[in-house]
Amino acid sequence: MATTLASALPIDAAAVRKEIGKDNLLALWKDMLLIRRFEERAGKAYLEKKIAGFLHLYIGQEAVATGFYAHLDSRDASVTTYRCHAQALLLGLDPKELMAELYGKVTGNVKGKGGSMHFFSKEKKYLGGHGIVGGQIPVGTGAALTAKYRKTGGVSVTFLGDGASPQGTFHESLNLAALWNLPAIYVIENNRYGMGTASHRAVSVENIAEAKAPGYGMASFTFDGLDLYASWKTAQQAVALARSGKPVLIEAKTYRFRGHSVSDAASYRSKEELAEYQARDPIERIKADLIGEKWLSETQAEQIDEQVLTRVQEAMKFADESAEPPLSDLTRHVFAEE
Amino acid sequence: MTVTRLAHPLATRRKLEPKNGDPINGHKGIILGDGTQLVSMRMALCQALFEEMNRDDSIFVMGEEVAEYNGAYKVTKGLLDVFGPERIRDTPITESAFTGMAVGAAMTGLRPVIEFMSWNFSFVAFDQIISNASKMCYMTGGMFPIPLVMRGPNGAGPRVSSQHSHAVEALFSHFPGLIVVSPSTPYDAKGLMKTALRQNNPVCFLENEMLYNVEQEIPVDEYLIPFGVGDIKREGTDCTIVAVNRSVHWSLEAAAELAKEGISCEVVDPRTVKPLDLPLICESVAKTNRCVVVEECYRTGGFGAEISALLMEHSFDDLDAPVQRVASTENPMPYAANLERETLPMPHRIIAAVKQALYR
Repeated sequence: MATTLASALPIDAAAVRKEIGKDNLLALWKDMLLIRRFEERAGKAYLEKKIAGFLHLYIGQEAVATGFYAHLDSRDASVTTYRCHAQALLLGLDPKELMAELYGKVTGNVKGKGGSMHFFSKEKKYLGGHGIVGGQIPVGTGAALTAKYRKTGGVSVTFLGDGASPQGTFHESLNLAALWNLPAIYVIENNRYGMGTASHRAVSVENIAEAKAPGYGMASFTFDGLDLYASWKTAQQAVALARSGKPVLIEAKTYRFRGHSVSDAASYRSKEELAEYQARDPIERIKADLIGEKWLSETQAEQIDEQVLTRVQEAMKFADESAEPPLSDLTRHVFAEE
Repeated sequence: MTVTRLAHPLATRRKLEPKNGDPINGHKGIILGDGTQLVSMRMALCQALFEEMNRDDSIFVMGEEVAEYNGAYKVTKGLLDVFGPERIRDTPITESAFTGMAVGAAMTGLRPVIEFMSWNFSFVAFDQIISNASKMCYMTGGMFPIPLVMRGPNGAGPRVSSQHSHAVEALFSHFPGLIVVSPSTPYDAKGLMKTALRQNNPVCFLENEMLYNVEQEIPVDEYLIPFGVGDIKREGTDCTIVAVNRSVHWSLEAAAELAKEGISCEVVDPRTVKPLDLPLICESVAKTNRCVVVEECYRTGGFGAEISALLMEHSFDDLDAPVQRVASTENPMPYAANLERETLPMPHRIIAAVKQALYR
């Protein structure tokens, strides 16, 4: 069953492609490719027991975050769920420190204290990777409050899953963002399943943003999350609205090609359904378009893929060779040091 | 910094005169002319907020009824007029959201103060306090310290029954990453609040509705009280009583009664439950060889259980009797006056426990 996209923004792919332009589209494709290769390798490393705990992969959803980060700058904050690798890579964090975090090493992004669900960056205002469903939504709202308080012109983007939309924090945050005219953007990444529960078994409406936004007096957009052009165009409009002090609720209809986490075989969905979405792989589509526009040749595409893979392999080597945190770090950072 | 003990007794030379029947509040104390001012607990807290907000524009206050209503218990009275609605911010009834927003604001450079109208309502925000505020610094490898003050009245109010009478010292001190402050006097409250507003950790600042009108002469000049430094509220030789917050006052009442029978009690007020001034408690027990811990928390897994265990580990050879615990009885707070009184660690129960510790 294909997702109904009755409420989706109409997107003229050719026009958006032209607006993005050759260089930017190539860069966005490379970004998505880096996320994909990073996570494929992380998945393998998990099976080799280099990585433990939870590992939630973003594979299939890359176009959503990629479209949004294309419109953010150094004033802007962002926060997401435990499926947090893509955002960190899109912000330009080094794959080495991210892979080292997955490996539980002292050279990791948060010194081996967080793992897969907790990537952060103070410099990039990346407020994490959060492990409690819905727990990050007020945090993102608070970052929007700071932007307004300090008049920075910044916005905050809060990513959440369809499974978080029934949580109280979601509704409380929307109410406050609208009440206080905060520069806040909420992106529901509806990948159709909250763990193993299909969205229609958890959420009372099919189009979450479209149904909920009017209740809070907010603007809303719905788009095809496998379509980078739709993501990029929606983000462009949402960021402009948020910068003018209007919060926005967005739903991306997307799909995860893997299970909820690496340990989930995803037996709750059919092979046919998965194949249907994989046929619309956002990375393959953009690659085909780049080649079609003669902005990229098959040979160049292969070379770029090789380069990306090399970068990921170097990150894995770095992670493998890094030291575990010293035991003296055990109780360090429970409290602030300054 | 040195702390002068017993420098600020509760007894005052004069009392605040209520205006039109309302208690005096706001941030201005009554200047007494000898370098001291007379303030109530709520004024002391308001004064700390006022002074620190003046020196640091990253501090803002957020909570239910804190601005236009002047605070449910008037702790923030007058601050809206001084600092305006951006910095003194009324929220809807939405504890989970405003607590999480405070975490997000702290992560992006502000110093939020949030008021729980009472700590009972903090339970609605429990996930934000525990999963976000308390762990953020650690799980980011020190990248994101959370300078956040969460404050409000704690413990039993006047006959407000089950859902409005929790004492949360033990609950929140269980979790690594939270500072737990529980002052008993205006002097302590002001000095500790100012410290809370200048440091970079999440602080549970536990006040008490029943103490907001307690008055004290405090210095006009600025002072701060560091966390983890306790205070002797009454010196004595026969038995140590450890208590914080309202329990200090019940302990002082019990100590006064016991003095009439020739029993000399030392009342030790750690002021902060976490970090805890264990050396001060041990020093007192080394002198008295007996200890009673008084708390409004429940006995099971309580503050008294913790102190008792610490004394076993650190002062075993100094103890001449088992440590006694006086806590709230293990029931939700009842409404009936007699049952409420019997639930709380009132002086008559403290007196009995001291006598037990002294085998009398």
